Amino acid sequence: MQLTLWTYEGPPHVGAMRVASAMRGVHFVLHAPQGDTYADLLFTMIERRAARPPVTYTTFQARDLGGDTAELFKSAAREAYERFQPDLLLVGASCTAELIQDDPGGLARALALPIPVVALELPAYQRKEDWGAAETFYQLVRACVRPAPRAPRVAGRPARCNILGPTSLGFRHRDDVREVSGLLAALGVEIGVIAPLGASPADLARLGEADFNIALYPEIAGTAAQWLHRNCGQPTVRTIPIGLGATRDFIAEVAALAGVDPAPLLAGEAARSAWYARSVDSNYLTGKRVFIFGDATHAIAAARVAREELGFAVVGLGSYARGFAREMREAAASHGIEALITDDYLAVEAAVAAAQPELVLGTQMERHIAKRLGIPCAVISAPVHVQDFPARYSPQMGFEGANVLFDSWVHPLMMGLEEHLLGMFRDDREFHDGAGPSHLGHTAPKLVDRVPVEAAPADEALSWAADAEREMQRIPFFVRGKARRNTERFAQERGIATITMDTLYDAKAHYAR
Amino acid sequence: MSDLATLAAGCDAAPSVPILRERGQRSVFCGLTGIIWLHRKIEDAFFLVVGSRTCAHLLQSAAGVMIFAEPRFATAIIEERDLAGLADANDELDAVVTRLLERRPDIKLLFLVGSCPSEVIKLDLSRAAFRLSQRFAPTVRVLNYSGSGIETTFTQGEDACLAALVPILPATTARGLLIVGALADVVEAQFRRLLAALGIGPVAFLPAGQANALPPVGANTQFLLAQPFLADTARALEARGARRIPAAFPLGAEGTALWLAAAARAFGIAAPAIEVVLAAPRARARAALACHAPLLAGKRIFFFPDSQLEVPLARFLAREMGMQPVEIGTPYLHRQHLAEELALLPEGVRLSEGQHVERQLDRCRAAAPDLVVCGLGLANPLEAEGLATKWSIELLFTPIQGFEQAGDLAGLFARPLQRRALLAV
Ligand code: SF4
Repeated sequence: MQLTLWTYEGPPHVGAMRVASAMRGVHFVLHAPQGDTYADLLFTMIERRAARPPVTYTTFQARDLGGDTAELFKSAAREAYERFQPDLLLVGASCTAELIQDDPGGLARALALPIPVVALELPAYQRKEDWGAAETFYQLVRACVRPAPRAPRVAGRPARCNILGPTSLGFRHRDDVREVSGLLAALGVEIGVIAPLGASPADLARLGEADFNIALYPEIAGTAAQWLHRNCGQPTVRTIPIGLGATRDFIAEVAALAGVDPAPLLAGEAARSAWYARSVDSNYLTGKRVFIFGDATHAIAAARVAREELGFAVVGLGSYARGFAREMREAAASHGIEALITDDYLAVEAAVAAAQPELVLGTQMERHIAKRLGIPCAVISAPVHVQDFPARYSPQMGFEGANVLFDSWVHPLMMGLEEHLLGMFRDDREFHDGAGPSHLGHTAPKLVDRVPVEAAPADEALSWAADAEREMQRIPFFVRGKARRNTERFAQERGIATITMDTLYDAKAHYAR
Repeated sequence: MSDLATLAAGCDAAPSVPILRERGQRSVFCGLTGIIWLHRKIEDAFFLVVGSRTCAHLLQSAAGVMIFAEPRFATAIIEERDLAGLADANDELDAVVTRLLERRPDIKLLFLVGSCPSEVIKLDLSRAAFRLSQRFAPTVRVLNYSGSGIETTFTQGEDACLAALVPILPATTARGLLIVGALADVVEAQFRRLLAALGIGPVAFLPAGQANALPPVGANTQFLLAQPFLADTARALEARGARRIPAAFPLGAEGTALWLAAAARAFGIAAPAIEVVLAAPRARARAALACHAPLLAGKRIFFFPDSQLEVPLARFLAREMGMQPVEIGTPYLHRQHLAEELALLPEGVRLSEGQHVERQLDRCRAAAPDLVVCGLGLANPLEAEGLATKWSIELLFTPIQGFEQAGDLAGLFARPLQRRALLAV
């Protein structure tokens, strides 16, 4: 048993719902008790879907358990077919129904419906949401695509690719698809099928016609892309175009597979973020300590952007996705840190507090952590919140995505010049320690109360002389945490028990080198 | 008012209203959802759901309660290896509870909350609660109840929780009034003042804000239900000798007056004395309602089954706001506890019990009501179809009972209509 306060991922059948809801012509019959219908609100409230998700729940009750829950499943499936007339029926069980072992697949097939039935095995006590989405998409692809070796491309015909992975409730999937489609069009590459988002079972059947696949969200598209590679001979584009550098790499990789010249597109690239990062105001971003946590794809990509495109220092990197632990560890090692692989929210909170970052890039969970610790935060990954479905166009990928990242990561921070002025006028009444960045208004938490770890020395044997403590208060508050930490580390390493004014400035000189 | 009291005899007195009973997909939360308001109400209690990742996900999704850093609820998620053997699951549970109590020394009352998975694998939480109670007595008391979706619907979770508390309430022979059902603190305080003014006392509330301040109960206790979904709790209280005061529920000016007057009569207060106390706040409530009446009067309203509050709400909206209920869906119709309410419903209104959500949606679309009261899964899709909706879960999270909240209650129904009138896009 695992004690859980908050969970990063839902159960695997929610992943299946994300795929079913993304598609057209698919209906999902889920053997589940009534409370599981809460999942509808993820789609209707968080994503503000205008239609109910295409899911029928059997909502069996205790009194059905002694009797015939199997019959209940059959009638629910039959009714769902008659009412919704889907092209394909997905069937599966939630955690409770898995225990009563009714075999939804067998029951649905026994109905002899005139449409394909895809039965899902979703082990709810072992797996989670992303896995469920990947498994569902993979099973749908297997059911709809006929394996065939890839026909060589006719000379003169433009290369064609599929975009795999976008689903309902994905973090900016809708906008990413538009952005990436634009890149492909600019390269002269045709798009065969985009799936699951917006695809019908008939569209899936055409997946094999493309020359290669783009696995835009490997957590969801990975298994299906591998199968298509093996059975239809389609290679997969692996670069995820998040950030300017990765977008350029992505364009190069696609161009190589498509046999087109990427140079014109690369030459005319339109990201302002690169120039903004070089503009003098951004000097203040240099070395900002950033803690990154999310799904593996977004977290790893964010770490690269943070370092290479904003000049941040990545002080924490992790993911709740155990399935991508290896990739995560490699990425963390390249930043000289150890990856945090956990789905325990409290462990993440402790890691953030210990790292004392100046910016957190995370999920909605980290947004709460950061809020409590008084650290600016931007959301970069699922699990999603209603705010992650902005009305405006706001991709994470491509050139426009790079601009979005720049804005959404830098805005929570103090503006460069603003930070500088606050430092200069720190004794002025309006610029006292408690004044937050102007754009956060008066509701922003008082910065002095923010990082509680600042108050007590990490090592109990360590104490601060009164004059050193006073001097510390004169240091601008936004670097005070770092100064205090460095000084204490300096003292500890030298066995100094009481930090005096001299220790303070010795440490400053030491770290300035 | 007094002629209504004669209707208080229970089922037989209820007028025969036609009821549509349906079976099919139910789009209602399970009883676990009650934890979201109960954990705020009982300050030193902790709710540990023994369930699956689905249960944990429901709790955090149902109300967007992520604002609480370390909430007073959590889920012990059953894993593959727990399913291997029951002895294991019990040991695991004990270990989880021990760790939790070490971490949270502020917990005085721990509820082990059963879920569908724990019930299907027959994990005996009452035995576990007994075992753990002995281990952690006297610092922590451990109780159990089921919030599972196969046993309980939405607000029935609160009923199960309160029913679990009844056996540990201290005994008393003193006469007293017990108000049963979680109410917002502000509402509770108002009722305390009004009941004191009526000369009724002592008055206690279940649940109490603190685990060690549990109200006493005995043969001279009379209780008044503040919520219509407390069937098991009422039965448990009756088993301890307490007697229920039949009454309409305290929603709206009329409902609140009927509810308080029923208590006053049970305590032998004369009608004129009751009127003296109730007149002013009732007039104030009516004035507040009058602001919303022009918008609501004559509007047709359709209730999807959700909280069991549907019947009292429909009564309030029909009688005090002039609305026309088209269909009043409720997950479960407790005829005895609702007798006073049913008697006040307009003639010929359609009541439905249980749910077949697809057919109900068909009826709803065909009826084209002015306002639909429904759960969060249905609200936006119906809005997109052009129907105005009011999400029902807000009725549990907002203080709506009592005179001073009557206007707010009407406002909850008026706002969607107001907003539609306002928007020009
Ligand atoms: S219906 Fe059952 S399995 Fe689903 S969330 Fe409620 S208790 Fe858990």
